[in-house]
Amino acid sequence: MNLLKKIIPILSALFALAIQIFVPKSSLHPVSKPYFTYILLGILLICLILFALSFRSRKIHEQLVHRGYFIGGAVLFFNILNLLTAKSAVLPILYFPSLDRVFGVMFEQTDVLIKCILYSLRLLGLGIFFGALIGVVTGICLGFSKTFAYWINPLIRILGPIPSTAWIPIVLIIFPTAVSASAFLVALAVWFPTTLMTSSGISNIQNSYFEVASTLGAKRFYQIFKVGIPAAMPNMFLGLFNGICSSFITLVTAEMIGAKYGIGWYINWQKEMLSYANVYAGLIIIAVLCSLLITLLFKVRDKVLIWQKGVIKW
Amino acid sequence: MVGEIIIENVVKKFTTVDGDEITALNGINLNIRSGEFVSLIGPSGCGKSTLLRLIAGLIFPDGGKITLDSDEIKKPDAERGFMFQNHMLFPWLNIYDNVAFGLRARKIFKDKKTDVDEYIDLVGLRGFERSYPHQLSGGMCQRASLARALVGHPKVLLLDEPLGALDAFTRMNIQDEILRIRKEHNMTMIMVTHDVDEAIYLSDRVVIMSARPAKIEKIVSIELAHPRARSNPEFLKYHAAILKLLNYGGKIPELDYYL
Repeated sequence: MNLLKKIIPILSALFALAIQIFVPKSSLHPVSKPYFTYILLGILLICLILFALSFRSRKIHEQLVHRGYFIGGAVLFFNILNLLTAKSAVLPILYFPSLDRVFGVMFEQTDVLIKCILYSLRLLGLGIFFGALIGVVTGICLGFSKTFAYWINPLIRILGPIPSTAWIPIVLIIFPTAVSASAFLVALAVWFPTTLMTSSGISNIQNSYFEVASTLGAKRFYQIFKVGIPAAMPNMFLGLFNGICSSFITLVTAEMIGAKYGIGWYINWQKEMLSYANVYAGLIIIAVLCSLLITLLFKVRDKVLIWQKGVIKW
Repeated sequence: MVGEIIIENVVKKFTTVDGDEITALNGINLNIRSGEFVSLIGPSGCGKSTLLRLIAGLIFPDGGKITLDSDEIKKPDAERGFMFQNHMLFPWLNIYDNVAFGLRARKIFKDKKTDVDEYIDLVGLRGFERSYPHQLSGGMCQRASLARALVGHPKVLLLDEPLGALDAFTRMNIQDEILRIRKEHNMTMIMVTHDVDEAIYLSDRVVIMSARPAKIEKIVSIELAHPRARSNPEFLKYHAAILKLLNYGGKIPELDYYL
Protein backbone atom coordinates (compact mmCIF):
# COMPACT_ATOMS: atom_id res chain seq x y z
CA MET A 1 0.00 0.00 0.00
CA ASN A 2 2.78 2.42 0.96
CA LEU A 3 4.66 1.45 -2.17
CA LEU A 4 1.59 2.29 -4.26
CA LYS A 5 1.34 5.69 -2.58
CA LYS A 6 4.96 6.35 -3.47
CA ILE A 7 4.54 5.22 -7.09
CA ILE A 8 1.37 7.18 -7.80
CA PRO A 9 3.15 10.51 -8.55
CA ILE A 10 5.40 8.69 -11.05
CA LEU A 11 2.44 6.98 -12.71
CA SER A 12 0.52 10.23 -12.87
CA ALA A 13 3.47 12.04 -14.45
CA LEU A 14 3.98 9.21 -16.96
CA PHE A 15 0.29 9.32 -17.87
CA ALA A 16 0.42 13.10 -18.37
CA LEU A 17 3.55 12.74 -20.50
CA ALA A 18 1.87 10.07 -22.65
CA ILE A 19 -1.11 12.32 -23.27
CA GLN A 20 1.11 15.32 -23.96
CA ILE A 21 3.25 13.44 -26.47
CA PHE A 22 0.80 11.08 -28.18
CA VAL A 23 -2.47 13.04 -28.28
CA PRO A 24 -2.25 15.52 -31.16
CA LYS A 25 -2.57 19.21 -30.42
CA SER A 26 -5.71 21.06 -31.52
CA SER A 27 -5.05 23.09 -34.64
CA LEU A 28 -6.91 26.04 -33.10
CA HIS A 29 -4.09 26.67 -30.59
CA PRO A 30 -1.08 28.63 -31.83
CA VAL A 31 2.07 26.60 -32.44
CA SER A 32 4.67 26.69 -29.65
CA LYS A 33 7.55 24.64 -28.38
CA PRO A 34 6.43 21.75 -26.06
CA TYR A 35 7.48 23.48 -22.82
CA PHE A 36 4.89 21.58 -20.81
CA THR A 37 6.70 18.38 -21.83
CA TYR A 38 9.90 19.74 -20.27
CA ILE A 39 8.06 20.62 -17.08
CA LEU A 40 6.52 17.13 -16.93
CA LEU A 41 9.92 15.55 -17.56
CA GLY A 42 11.29 17.65 -14.74
CA ILE A 43 8.50 16.55 -12.40
CA LEU A 44 9.01 12.91 -13.42
CA LEU A 45 12.73 13.18 -12.76
CA ILE A 46 12.16 14.70 -9.30
CA CYS A 47 9.57 12.02 -8.46
CA LEU A 48 11.98 9.28 -9.53
CA ILE A 49 14.82 10.74 -7.48
CA LEU A 50 12.59 11.05 -4.41
CA PHE A 51 11.33 7.51 -4.94
CA ALA A 52 14.90 6.22 -5.07
CA LEU A 53 15.94 8.26 -2.03
CA SER A 54 12.92 7.10 -0.04
CA PHE A 55 14.54 3.69 0.39
CA ARG A 56 17.49 5.35 2.06
CA SER A 57 15.87 8.11 4.11
CA ARG A 58 13.02 7.46 6.53
CA LYS A 59 11.98 11.12 6.45
CA ILE A 60 11.62 11.24 2.66
CA HIS A 61 9.79 7.92 2.77
CA GLU A 62 7.20 9.22 5.24
CA GLN A 63 6.78 12.50 3.38
CA LEU A 64 6.36 10.71 0.06
CA VAL A 65 3.81 8.26 1.48
CA HIS A 66 1.94 11.16 3.03
CA ARG A 67 1.99 13.40 -0.07
CA GLY A 68 1.83 10.65 -2.71
CA TYR A 69 -1.85 11.01 -3.55
CA PHE A 70 -1.66 14.78 -3.50
CA ILE A 71 1.28 15.06 -5.90
CA GLY A 72 -0.36 12.52 -8.20
CA GLY A 73 -3.61 14.48 -8.06
CA ALA A 74 -1.91 17.80 -8.74
CA VAL A 75 -0.19 16.39 -11.83
CA LEU A 76 -3.51 14.90 -12.93
CA PHE A 77 -5.10 18.35 -12.61
CA PHE A 78 -2.57 19.83 -15.04
CA ASN A 79 -3.04 16.81 -17.26
CA ILE A 80 -6.80 17.44 -17.46
CA LEU A 81 -6.18 21.15 -18.01
CA ASN A 82 -3.86 20.22 -20.86
CA LEU A 83 -6.57 18.05 -22.38
CA LEU A 84 -9.18 20.79 -22.08
CA THR A 85 -6.96 23.49 -23.60
CA ALA A 86 -4.21 22.48 -26.01
CA LYS A 87 -5.51 19.05 -26.91
CA SER A 88 -9.20 19.76 -27.49
CA ALA A 89 -9.65 23.56 -27.33
CA VAL A 90 -12.84 23.04 -25.28
CA LEU A 91 -12.15 26.15 -23.18
CA PRO A 92 -12.03 29.57 -24.94
CA ILE A 93 -8.58 29.85 -26.46
CA LEU A 94 -8.01 33.53 -25.68
CA TYR A 95 -8.53 33.18 -21.93
CA PHE A 96 -7.20 29.66 -21.52
CA PRO A 97 -3.93 29.40 -23.43
CA SER A 98 -2.13 26.06 -23.70
CA LEU A 99 0.16 25.08 -20.83
CA ASP A 100 3.00 25.02 -23.36
CA ARG A 101 2.61 28.75 -23.77
CA VAL A 102 2.11 29.47 -20.07
CA PHE A 103 5.32 27.69 -19.14
CA GLY A 104 6.92 28.98 -22.32
CA VAL A 105 6.64 32.52 -20.95
CA MET A 106 8.89 31.52 -18.06
CA PHE A 107 11.53 30.16 -20.43
CA GLU A 108 11.36 32.87 -23.06
CA GLN A 109 10.99 35.93 -20.85
CA THR A 110 13.25 34.82 -18.03
CA ASP A 111 15.20 38.11 -17.94
CA VAL A 112 12.13 40.31 -17.65
CA LEU A 113 10.50 38.02 -15.11
CA ILE A 114 13.60 37.84 -12.89
CA LYS A 115 13.84 41.60 -12.96
CA CYS A 116 10.16 41.78 -12.04
CA ILE A 117 10.64 39.32 -9.17
CA LEU A 118 13.58 41.31 -7.82
CA TYR A 119 11.67 44.59 -8.03
CA SER A 120 8.67 43.03 -6.29
CA LEU A 121 10.89 41.45 -3.63
CA ARG A 122 12.49 44.82 -2.95
CA LEU A 123 9.08 46.40 -2.53
CA LEU A 124 7.84 43.54 -0.35
CA GLY A 125 11.04 43.54 1.68
CA LEU A 126 10.83 47.26 2.41
CA GLY A 127 7.10 47.16 3.04
CA ILE A 128 7.05 44.06 5.23
CA PHE A 129 10.13 45.13 7.21
CA PHE A 130 8.84 48.58 8.08
CA GLY A 131 5.22 47.48 8.38
CA ALA A 132 6.07 44.66 10.76
CA LEU A 133 8.55 46.72 12.78
CA ILE A 134 6.23 49.68 13.24
CA GLY A 135 3.29 47.31 13.73
CA VAL A 136 5.00 45.44 16.57
CA VAL A 137 6.14 48.67 18.22
CA THR A 138 2.66 50.24 17.94
CA GLY A 139 1.11 47.03 19.26
CA ILE A 140 3.43 46.93 22.26
CA CYS A 141 2.80 50.60 23.07
CA LEU A 142 -0.96 50.03 22.76
CA GLY A 143 -0.76 46.99 25.00
CA PHE A 144 1.24 48.63 27.77
CA SER A 145 0.42 52.33 27.77
CA LYS A 146 -3.10 53.43 28.62
CA THR A 147 -2.44 56.97 27.43
CA PHE A 148 -1.10 55.76 24.11
CA ALA A 149 -4.08 53.45 23.70
CA TYR A 150 -6.48 56.31 24.52
CA TRP A 151 -5.17 58.46 21.68
CA ILE A 152 -4.14 55.89 19.12
CA ASN A 153 -6.81 53.19 19.40
CA PRO A 154 -9.62 55.23 17.77
CA LEU A 155 -7.20 56.26 15.03
CA ILE A 156 -6.39 52.63 14.28
CA ARG A 157 -10.04 51.69 14.26
CA ILE A 158 -10.78 54.38 11.68
CA LEU A 159 -7.65 54.09 9.53
CA GLY A 160 -7.01 50.37 9.76
CA PRO A 161 -9.86 48.94 7.71
CA ILE A 162 -9.45 51.40 4.79
CA PRO A 163 -8.27 49.37 1.79
CA SER A 164 -4.84 50.31 0.51
CA THR A 165 -6.19 51.26 -2.90
CA ALA A 166 -8.14 54.11 -1.37
CA TRP A 167 -4.89 55.67 -0.18
CA ILE A 168 -3.36 55.96 -3.65
CA PRO A 169 -4.39 59.58 -4.39
CA ILE A 170 -2.98 60.84 -1.08
CA VAL A 171 0.08 58.63 -1.14
CA LEU A 172 1.00 59.89 -4.61
CA ILE A 173 1.09 63.49 -3.35
CA ILE A 174 2.92 62.81 -0.10
CA PHE A 175 5.71 60.49 -1.25
CA PRO A 176 8.51 61.73 -3.51
CA THR A 177 9.08 58.53 -5.48
CA ALA A 178 6.90 55.74 -6.79
CA VAL A 179 8.95 53.14 -4.91
CA SER A 180 8.50 54.82 -1.54
CA ALA A 181 4.80 55.33 -2.23
CA SER A 182 4.26 51.67 -3.13
CA ALA A 183 6.40 50.50 -0.23
CA PHE A 184 4.25 52.61 2.06
CA LEU A 185 1.08 50.92 0.79
CA VAL A 186 2.56 47.47 1.41
CA ALA A 187 3.79 48.55 4.83
CA LEU A 188 0.32 49.84 5.68
CA ALA A 189 -1.20 46.49 4.75
CA VAL A 190 1.26 44.66 7.04
CA TRP A 191 1.11 47.22 9.82
CA PHE A 192 -2.60 46.98 10.58
CA PRO A 193 -2.99 43.26 11.37
CA THR A 194 0.40 43.16 13.11
CA THR A 195 -0.55 46.03 15.42
CA LEU A 196 -3.96 44.59 16.15
CA MET A 197 -2.75 41.08 16.95
CA THR A 198 0.25 42.27 18.98
CA SER A 199 -1.83 44.53 21.21
CA SER A 200 -4.58 41.96 21.67
CA GLY A 201 -1.91 39.35 22.41
CA ILE A 202 -0.51 41.56 25.15
CA SER A 203 -3.88 42.34 26.68
CA ASN A 204 -4.68 38.62 26.81
CA ILE A 205 -1.63 37.75 28.90
CA GLN A 206 -2.59 36.34 32.28
CA ASN A 207 -1.90 39.02 34.85
CA SER A 208 -0.31 36.40 37.14
CA TYR A 209 2.73 36.25 34.89
CA PHE A 210 3.41 39.92 35.58
CA GLU A 211 2.77 39.33 39.27
CA VAL A 212 5.26 36.47 39.33
CA ALA A 213 7.82 38.68 37.60
CA SER A 214 7.28 41.52 40.06
CA THR A 215 7.65 39.25 43.10
CA LEU A 216 10.92 38.07 41.57
CA GLY A 217 12.12 41.65 41.52
CA ALA A 218 11.53 42.53 37.85
CA LYS A 219 10.93 46.20 37.15
CA ARG A 220 8.30 47.47 34.67
CA PHE A 221 10.68 47.70 31.72
CA TYR A 222 12.06 44.22 32.27
CA GLN A 223 8.52 42.87 32.56
CA ILE A 224 7.55 44.36 29.20
CA PHE A 225 10.53 42.86 27.40
CA LYS A 226 10.86 39.55 29.19
CA VAL A 227 7.22 38.72 29.93
CA GLY A 228 4.97 40.81 27.71
CA ILE A 229 6.72 40.35 24.41
CA PRO A 230 7.49 36.61 24.63
CA ALA A 231 3.98 35.86 25.87
CA ALA A 232 2.46 37.84 22.99
CA MET A 233 4.80 36.26 20.44
CA PRO A 234 2.32 33.63 19.15
CA ASN A 235 -0.19 36.37 18.42
CA MET A 236 2.44 38.55 16.79
CA PHE A 237 3.19 35.76 14.35
CA LEU A 238 -0.49 35.40 13.59
CA GLY A 239 -0.63 39.12 12.83
CA LEU A 240 2.51 38.91 10.70
CA PHE A 241 1.02 35.97 8.81
CA ASN A 242 -2.13 37.95 8.05
CA GLY A 243 -0.04 40.97 7.18
CA ILE A 244 2.16 39.12 4.71
CA CYS A 245 -0.89 37.63 3.01
CA SER A 246 -2.48 41.03 2.58
CA SER A 247 0.86 42.49 1.49
CA PHE A 248 0.67 40.28 -1.61
CA ILE A 249 -2.80 41.56 -2.38
CA THR A 250 -1.57 45.10 -1.97
CA LEU A 251 1.53 44.46 -4.08
CA VAL A 252 -0.51 44.33 -7.28
CA THR A 253 -2.25 47.58 -6.36
CA ALA A 254 0.94 49.24 -5.25
CA GLU A 255 2.70 48.41 -8.50
CA MET A 256 0.01 50.14 -10.48
CA ILE A 257 1.39 53.52 -9.46
CA GLY A 258 4.37 54.39 -11.57
CA ALA A 259 6.22 51.09 -11.21
CA LYS A 260 8.71 50.21 -13.94
CA TYR A 261 8.96 46.51 -13.13
CA GLY A 262 7.37 44.07 -10.72
CA ILE A 263 5.19 40.99 -10.86
CA GLY A 264 2.02 42.96 -10.14
CA TRP A 265 2.95 45.47 -12.79
CA TYR A 266 3.72 42.65 -15.23
CA ILE A 267 0.34 40.98 -14.70
CA ASN A 268 -1.51 44.26 -15.19
CA TRP A 269 0.46 45.11 -18.30
CA GLN A 270 -0.05 41.68 -19.88
CA LYS A 271 -3.74 41.68 -19.01
CA GLU A 272 -4.17 44.87 -20.99
CA MET A 273 -2.35 43.25 -23.91
CA LEU A 274 -4.73 40.30 -23.60
CA SER A 275 -1.75 37.93 -23.36
CA TYR A 276 -3.30 35.57 -20.89
CA ALA A 277 -0.45 33.06 -21.08
CA ASN A 278 1.78 35.74 -19.55
CA VAL A 279 -0.84 36.62 -16.95
CA TYR A 280 -1.01 33.00 -15.82
CA ALA A 281 2.78 32.78 -15.71
CA GLY A 282 2.81 35.88 -13.49
CA LEU A 283 0.12 34.43 -11.25
CA ILE A 284 2.04 31.20 -10.82
CA ILE A 285 5.15 33.16 -9.86
CA ILE A 286 3.22 35.25 -7.32
CA ALA A 287 1.69 32.10 -5.83
CA VAL A 288 5.09 30.42 -5.51
CA LEU A 289 6.67 33.58 -4.03
CA CYS A 290 3.87 33.95 -1.50
CA SER A 291 3.99 30.34 -0.39
CA LEU A 292 7.79 30.47 -0.11
CA LEU A 293 7.56 33.56 2.09
CA ILE A 294 4.87 32.00 4.27
CA THR A 295 6.92 28.80 4.58
CA LEU A 296 9.89 30.90 5.65
CA LEU A 297 7.74 32.63 8.26
CA PHE A 298 6.52 29.29 9.59
CA LYS A 299 10.11 28.05 9.85
CA VAL A 300 11.07 31.14 11.84
CA ARG A 301 7.97 30.76 14.00
CA ASP A 302 8.72 27.11 14.76
CA LYS A 303 12.21 28.13 15.80
CA VAL A 304 11.10 31.03 17.99
CA LEU A 305 8.04 29.34 19.46
CA ILE A 306 9.73 26.02 20.13
CA TRP A 307 8.29 26.17 23.67
CA GLN A 308 4.78 25.85 22.23
CA LYS A 309 5.52 22.65 20.36
CA GLY A 310 5.15 19.08 21.44
CA VAL A 311 3.25 17.87 24.47
CA ILE A 312 5.65 15.16 25.57
CA LYS A 313 5.18 14.53 29.27
CA TRP A 314 7.96 13.03 31.33
CA MET B 1 16.99 38.40 62.90
CA VAL B 2 15.23 39.06 59.64
CA GLY B 3 11.86 38.17 58.24
CA GLU B 4 9.57 39.47 60.98
CA ILE B 5 6.16 40.52 59.71
CA ILE B 6 3.77 42.70 61.65
CA ILE B 7 0.23 43.06 60.38
CA GLU B 8 -1.55 45.93 62.08
CA ASN B 9 -5.27 46.56 61.80
CA VAL B 10 -5.35 45.78 58.11
CA VAL B 11 -8.58 46.51 56.22
CA LYS B 12 -9.11 45.60 52.59
CA LYS B 13 -12.20 46.42 50.54
CA PHE B 14 -13.10 45.38 47.04
CA THR B 15 -15.62 46.81 44.63
CA THR B 16 -17.76 44.27 42.81
CA VAL B 17 -18.82 44.50 39.18
CA ASP B 18 -22.16 45.93 40.33
CA GLY B 19 -20.40 48.69 42.22
CA ASP B 20 -21.06 47.29 45.68
CA GLU B 21 -18.31 47.50 48.23
CA ILE B 22 -17.24 44.32 49.96
CA THR B 23 -15.03 44.24 53.00
CA ALA B 24 -12.66 41.36 52.45
CA LEU B 25 -10.50 41.88 55.53
CA ASN B 26 -11.68 43.71 58.61
CA GLY B 27 -9.01 44.74 61.06
CA ILE B 28 -6.50 41.93 60.91
CA ASN B 29 -3.72 41.87 63.49
CA LEU B 30 -1.00 39.27 63.34
CA ASN B 31 2.67 39.12 64.26
CA ILE B 32 4.79 36.57 62.52
CA ARG B 33 8.13 35.91 64.09
CA SER B 34 11.34 35.57 62.18
CA GLY B 35 11.78 32.05 60.86
CA GLU B 36 8.26 31.02 61.77
CA PHE B 37 5.99 28.86 59.61
CA VAL B 38 2.41 30.11 59.70
CA SER B 39 -0.53 28.61 57.85
CA LEU B 40 -3.69 30.55 57.01
CA ILE B 41 -6.70 28.32 56.84
CA GLY B 42 -10.39 29.05 56.45
CA PRO B 43 -13.44 28.69 54.25
CA SER B 44 -12.97 29.66 50.62
CA GLY B 45 -13.48 33.33 49.91
CA CYS B 46 -12.52 34.29 53.46
CA GLY B 47 -9.67 36.52 52.35
CA LYS B 48 -6.65 34.36 53.18
CA SER B 49 -5.21 34.84 49.70
CA THR B 50 -5.98 38.55 49.93
CA LEU B 51 -3.92 38.74 53.09
CA LEU B 52 -1.06 36.89 51.41
CA ARG B 53 -1.19 39.19 48.37
CA LEU B 54 -1.13 42.19 50.69
CA ILE B 55 2.04 40.87 52.31
CA ALA B 56 3.51 40.29 48.85
CA GLY B 57 2.74 43.91 47.95
CA LEU B 58 0.68 42.90 44.93
CA ILE B 59 -2.28 44.82 46.38
CA PHE B 60 -2.49 47.50 49.07
CA PRO B 61 -4.53 47.78 52.25
CA ASP B 62 -7.32 50.36 52.63
CA GLY B 63 -6.43 50.74 56.26
CA GLY B 64 -3.71 49.70 58.68
CA LYS B 65 -0.26 48.61 57.59
CA ILE B 66 2.02 45.67 57.13
CA THR B 67 5.71 45.85 57.91
CA LEU B 68 8.60 43.54 57.20
CA ASP B 69 11.47 44.15 59.63
CA SER B 70 9.86 47.53 60.44
CA ASP B 71 9.76 48.66 56.80
CA GLU B 72 6.28 49.21 55.45
CA ILE B 73 5.45 47.02 52.45
CA LYS B 74 4.69 49.25 49.47
CA LYS B 75 5.46 47.15 46.40
CA PRO B 76 6.36 43.60 45.38
CA ASP B 77 9.98 42.81 45.98
CA ALA B 78 12.37 39.91 45.70
CA GLU B 79 12.77 39.86 49.49
CA ARG B 80 9.26 38.38 49.62
CA GLY B 81 9.15 35.29 47.39
CA PHE B 82 5.74 34.17 46.20
CA MET B 83 4.70 30.72 45.07
CA PHE B 84 1.42 30.48 43.19
CA GLN B 85 -1.17 27.73 43.18
CA ASN B 86 -0.60 26.94 39.52
CA HIS B 87 3.14 26.84 39.13
CA MET B 88 3.03 29.89 36.82
CA LEU B 89 6.33 29.03 35.22
CA PHE B 90 6.92 31.10 32.10
CA PRO B 91 6.10 28.62 29.32
CA TRP B 92 8.55 30.26 26.89
CA LEU B 93 11.54 29.69 29.18
CA ASN B 94 13.10 26.35 30.02
CA ILE B 95 13.46 25.28 33.63
CA TYR B 96 16.92 26.79 34.02
CA ASP B 97 15.92 30.17 32.62
CA ASN B 98 12.75 30.15 34.70
CA VAL B 99 14.73 29.63 37.88
CA ALA B 100 17.28 32.24 36.82
CA PHE B 101 14.60 34.81 35.88
CA GLY B 102 14.67 36.76 39.14
CA LEU B 103 18.47 36.90 39.30
CA ARG B 104 18.64 38.18 35.73
CA ALA B 105 15.90 40.75 36.38
CA ARG B 106 17.87 42.05 39.34
CA LYS B 107 21.13 41.95 37.34
CA ILE B 108 22.88 39.72 39.87
CA PHE B 109 22.88 36.58 37.70
CA LYS B 110 26.61 36.70 36.99
CA ASP B 111 27.56 36.61 40.65
CA LYS B 112 24.93 34.07 41.66
CA LYS B 113 25.16 31.65 38.75
CA THR B 114 26.01 28.71 40.99
CA ASP B 115 22.86 29.32 43.04
CA VAL B 116 20.69 28.40 40.07
CA ASP B 117 22.28 24.96 39.80
CA GLU B 118 22.22 24.56 43.55
CA TYR B 119 18.48 25.20 43.81
CA ILE B 120 17.61 23.10 40.77
CA ASP B 121 19.53 20.36 42.53
CA LEU B 122 17.80 21.06 45.81
CA VAL B 123 14.33 20.49 44.35
CA GLY B 124 15.52 17.40 42.49
CA LEU B 125 15.33 18.65 38.94
CA ARG B 126 18.90 18.08 37.83
CA GLY B 127 18.89 16.88 34.24
CA PHE B 128 15.72 18.76 33.38
CA GLU B 129 17.28 22.22 33.06
CA ARG B 130 16.70 22.36 29.32
CA SER B 131 13.12 21.06 29.44
CA TYR B 132 10.19 23.38 28.94
CA PRO B 133 7.39 23.48 31.53
CA HIS B 134 4.89 21.73 29.24
CA GLN B 135 7.23 18.75 29.07
CA LEU B 136 7.16 18.22 32.83
CA SER B 137 4.52 16.91 35.22
CA GLY B 138 2.61 19.25 37.53
CA GLY B 139 4.69 18.20 40.53
CA MET B 140 7.97 18.86 38.75
CA CYS B 141 6.73 22.26 37.61
CA GLN B 142 5.74 23.12 41.17
CA ARG B 143 9.24 22.12 42.34
CA ALA B 144 10.75 24.37 39.69
CA SER B 145 8.46 27.13 40.84
CA LEU B 146 9.71 26.59 44.40
CA ALA B 147 13.31 26.81 43.21
CA ARG B 148 12.49 30.00 41.32
CA ALA B 149 10.96 31.58 44.42
CA LEU B 150 13.88 30.54 46.63
CA VAL B 151 16.91 31.22 44.46
CA GLY B 152 16.93 34.96 45.23
CA HIS B 153 17.19 34.22 48.98
CA PRO B 154 14.00 35.99 50.05
CA LYS B 155 13.51 36.80 53.71
CA VAL B 156 9.95 35.54 53.52
CA LEU B 157 8.36 32.89 51.35
CA LEU B 158 4.65 33.29 50.68
CA LEU B 159 2.87 30.16 49.50
CA ASP B 160 -0.62 30.49 47.99
CA GLU B 161 -2.04 26.97 48.07
CA PRO B 162 1.12 25.82 46.34
CA LEU B 163 0.32 22.11 46.44
CA GLY B 164 -3.45 22.24 45.99
CA ALA B 165 -3.38 21.01 42.42
CA LEU B 166 -1.10 18.05 43.07
CA ASP B 167 -1.84 14.44 43.89
CA ALA B 168 -1.54 13.30 47.50
CA PHE B 169 1.84 11.56 47.21
CA THR B 170 3.56 14.34 45.29
CA ARG B 171 2.13 16.76 47.81
CA MET B 172 3.63 14.90 50.77
CA ASN B 173 7.01 14.72 49.02
CA ILE B 174 7.10 18.43 48.36
CA GLN B 175 5.94 19.17 51.90
CA ASP B 176 9.02 17.37 53.18
CA GLU B 177 11.16 19.34 50.77
CA ILE B 178 9.70 22.60 52.02
CA LEU B 179 10.50 21.58 55.59
CA ARG B 180 14.05 20.67 54.63
CA ILE B 181 14.59 23.97 52.88
CA ARG B 182 13.14 25.83 55.82
CA LYS B 183 15.50 24.07 58.19
CA GLU B 184 18.52 24.83 56.02
CA HIS B 185 17.74 28.47 55.34
CA ASN B 186 15.69 29.42 58.40
CA MET B 187 13.23 31.44 56.35
CA THR B 188 9.88 32.86 57.43
CA MET B 189 7.11 31.08 55.57
CA ILE B 190 3.43 31.93 55.32
CA MET B 191 1.14 29.50 53.55
CA VAL B 192 -2.49 29.64 52.51
CA THR B 193 -4.02 26.18 52.40
CA HIS B 194 -7.26 24.25 52.47
CA ASP B 195 -5.60 21.13 53.70
CA VAL B 196 -5.76 20.77 57.48
CA ASP B 197 -3.21 17.93 57.43
CA GLU B 198 -0.77 20.01 55.48
CA ALA B 199 -1.20 22.95 57.84
CA ILE B 200 -0.51 20.81 60.94
CA TYR B 201 2.35 18.93 59.30
CA LEU B 202 4.25 22.08 58.33
CA SER B 203 3.30 24.91 60.67
CA ASP B 204 4.38 26.35 63.95
CA ARG B 205 1.06 28.14 64.14
CA VAL B 206 -2.19 27.65 62.24
CA VAL B 207 -4.28 30.80 61.83
CA ILE B 208 -7.96 30.00 61.43
CA MET B 209 -9.93 32.68 59.64
CA SER B 210 -13.69 33.18 59.54
CA ALA B 211 -15.77 33.98 56.48
CA ARG B 212 -16.40 37.46 55.17
CA PRO B 213 -15.62 39.95 56.45
CA ALA B 214 -12.61 37.93 57.43
CA LYS B 215 -11.35 38.03 60.96
CA ILE B 216 -8.86 35.84 62.75
CA GLU B 217 -10.98 33.30 64.53
CA LYS B 218 -8.30 31.50 66.45
CA ILE B 219 -4.61 30.77 66.35
CA VAL B 220 -3.54 27.21 67.13
CA SER B 221 0.10 26.57 68.05
CA ILE B 222 1.25 23.17 66.92
CA GLU B 223 3.54 21.90 69.60
CA LEU B 224 4.89 18.78 67.96
CA ALA B 225 8.52 18.06 67.25
CA HIS B 226 9.71 17.57 63.68
CA PRO B 227 9.60 15.19 61.88
CA ARG B 228 5.90 14.87 62.53
CA ALA B 229 3.94 11.71 61.88
CA ARG B 230 0.55 12.16 60.35
CA SER B 231 -0.81 9.17 62.26
CA ASN B 232 0.43 10.33 65.64
CA PRO B 233 -2.55 10.57 68.08
CA GLU B 234 -1.47 14.12 69.04
CA PHE B 235 -1.45 15.05 65.37
CA LEU B 236 -4.96 13.67 64.99
CA LYS B 237 -6.13 15.64 68.02
CA TYR B 238 -4.97 18.86 66.38
CA HIS B 239 -6.69 17.72 63.22
CA ALA B 240 -9.99 17.18 64.99
CA ALA B 241 -9.72 20.45 66.90
CA ILE B 242 -9.04 22.51 63.79
CA LEU B 243 -11.80 20.84 61.81
CA LYS B 244 -14.16 21.62 64.65
CA LEU B 245 -13.09 25.26 64.68
CA LEU B 246 -13.81 25.36 60.96
CA ASN B 247 -17.26 23.85 61.59
CA TYR B 248 -16.39 20.74 59.62
CA GLY B 249 -16.19 18.56 62.72
CA GLY B 250 -19.28 16.63 61.77
CA LYS B 251 -21.51 14.90 64.25
CA ILE B 252 -19.87 12.11 66.16
CA PRO B 253 -22.52 9.58 67.19
CA GLU B 254 -22.78 9.11 70.90
CA LEU B 255 -21.89 5.68 72.01
CA ASP B 256 -24.58 3.76 73.75
CA TYR B 257 -23.80 0.53 75.43
CA TYR B 258 -26.47 -1.78 76.65
CA LEU B 259 -25.27 -4.68 78.58
